[in-house]
Amino acid sequence: MTAVLLTVTLLTACADRGCGGGSGSCAGQPEPLTVFAAASLQPAFDAIAKRYRGVFDVTFNYAGTQTLTAQLQQGAQADVFASADTSHMTTLQTAGLIFDTPKVLAHNKLEIAVERGNPKNIHTLADLARPGVVVVLADPSVPAGKYAQQALAKAGVSVHTASLETQVTGVLSKVALGEADAGIVYVSDIVTSRKVDGVPIPDAANVIADYMIALVRSGTHLQNGDHFMQYVLGSQNFLKDAGFEPA
Amino acid sequence: MLAALGLLFFLLPLAGLLVRAPWDQAVAGITSPETVTALGLSLFCSLAATAVSLVLGIPLALVLSRTTGKVRGAMRALTTLPMVLPPVVGGVALLLAFGRRGLVGSFLYQAFGIQIPFTTTAAVMAETFVAMPFLVIAVEGGLRSLDPRYEEAARALGARGWMVFARVTVPLLRPAIFSGAVLCWARALGEFGATITFAGNFPGRTQTVPIAVYVALETRPDSAIILSLILLAVSLAILVGMRDRWLGEP
Repeated sequence: MTAVLLTVTLLTACADRGCGGGSGSCAGQPEPLTVFAAASLQPAFDAIAKRYRGVFDVTFNYAGTQTLTAQLQQGAQADVFASADTSHMTTLQTAGLIFDTPKVLAHNKLEIAVERGNPKNIHTLADLARPGVVVVLADPSVPAGKYAQQALAKAGVSVHTASLETQVTGVLSKVALGEADAGIVYVSDIVTSRKVDGVPIPDAANVIADYMIALVRSGTHLQNGDHFMQYVLGSQNFLKDAGFEPA
Repeated sequence: MLAALGLLFFLLPLAGLLVRAPWDQAVAGITSPETVTALGLSLFCSLAATAVSLVLGIPLALVLSRTTGKVRGAMRALTTLPMVLPPVVGGVALLLAFGRRGLVGSFLYQAFGIQIPFTTTAAVMAETFVAMPFLVIAVEGGLRSLDPRYEEAARALGARGWMVFARVTVPLLRPAIFSGAVLCWARALGEFGATITFAGNFPGRTQTVPIAVYVALETRPDSAIILSLILLAVSLAILVGMRDRWLGEP
């Protein structure tokens, strides 16, 4: 029902924009919207986009938040940016690269990803420090890597890391491939991956990740971008299905 | 006109690198611990990859140059494949062969507890995989243009097979081996895709200069530019050093 209402609103919005400009954005084939989103948002956004694509065309650029931030700083064109933390969004806001104040999109927590069946019997963060356990984390420049360091520090654990991946999905794939015994990823990654098992991290050591969304100034579809943003913010059920916590 | 455009297309990125370089921080950047670590590791890995390529590549080139027909075609295709294969695909392939679940890797892991991914060995293997073809092709080219009479003469004078190879073939091949090794080393030094896929990224263990550039670009762009300048300087040095071979008259 909400989806239908939104669809109608979006179509009306499109008509409001006027089709006389010859931009071709209203007649049949609207220009695609460019959305930069943190890699961990991919499953949720892909699901949302499936519904949304009936209305507007969207192309996604999924990567580590820090990669996308650097791209935007170098002048990349995007309409909407969704980050996995607040600090990168603040950097862009300070640089005047986004419109208004970013909105909180969702929250996420950390979880330990282990191989199916947890063959190494990993039950706590401290187990990651055991000799012979191959641990892969995200690089500290990646939000997930920064959060992982915070969680390990809270738990007072220091691990011997095998690799620092440039996006959290890299951690997930190394565990899924069986090359790493464990990695620290988001709860949402484990909910949607199906190729790894999750070991919960107690709240005392866990970190809440705030996902932010904002309109980008380099964008060329301000209005459509805004509609997409509202649509995503209104799609909390999709985000919840993908393992996120509502904003 | 189009030629000028082509040249400009090569020139502009280099100019961008030079113009945007934080020259005032260049010395501090080059001597920073992160840079020194990455440089040292890169030097070690690329030299090790070149050494492995020499040991395995020269015999391979020898066999290639003495084989004919379909077998040679197949062998040559296999040898040159890593040159055209996207390096990241090479990395995935290495992971599936030498990873803990890989064809060979699973045996190594179960029998000896050896894990190759995420180690410096993995970085060397990735670089060797991508760079060795350059050496093999150069040496094979040298072998094909070799006058067989020298080897025949040595054999007629009573030299055994290994003796002929070590005392006649290799010295005659020296220029080809040298230029092949330099090309191989340069390619190994610049390797990124296969290395980050197969060996991962960890400072001092698998984070070579190209990977350090990639990671630094997002957080410390100045360091990334300085590291890029170092690689550029090395490339230019290679070019100048090899100018007789590559830049001279045909």
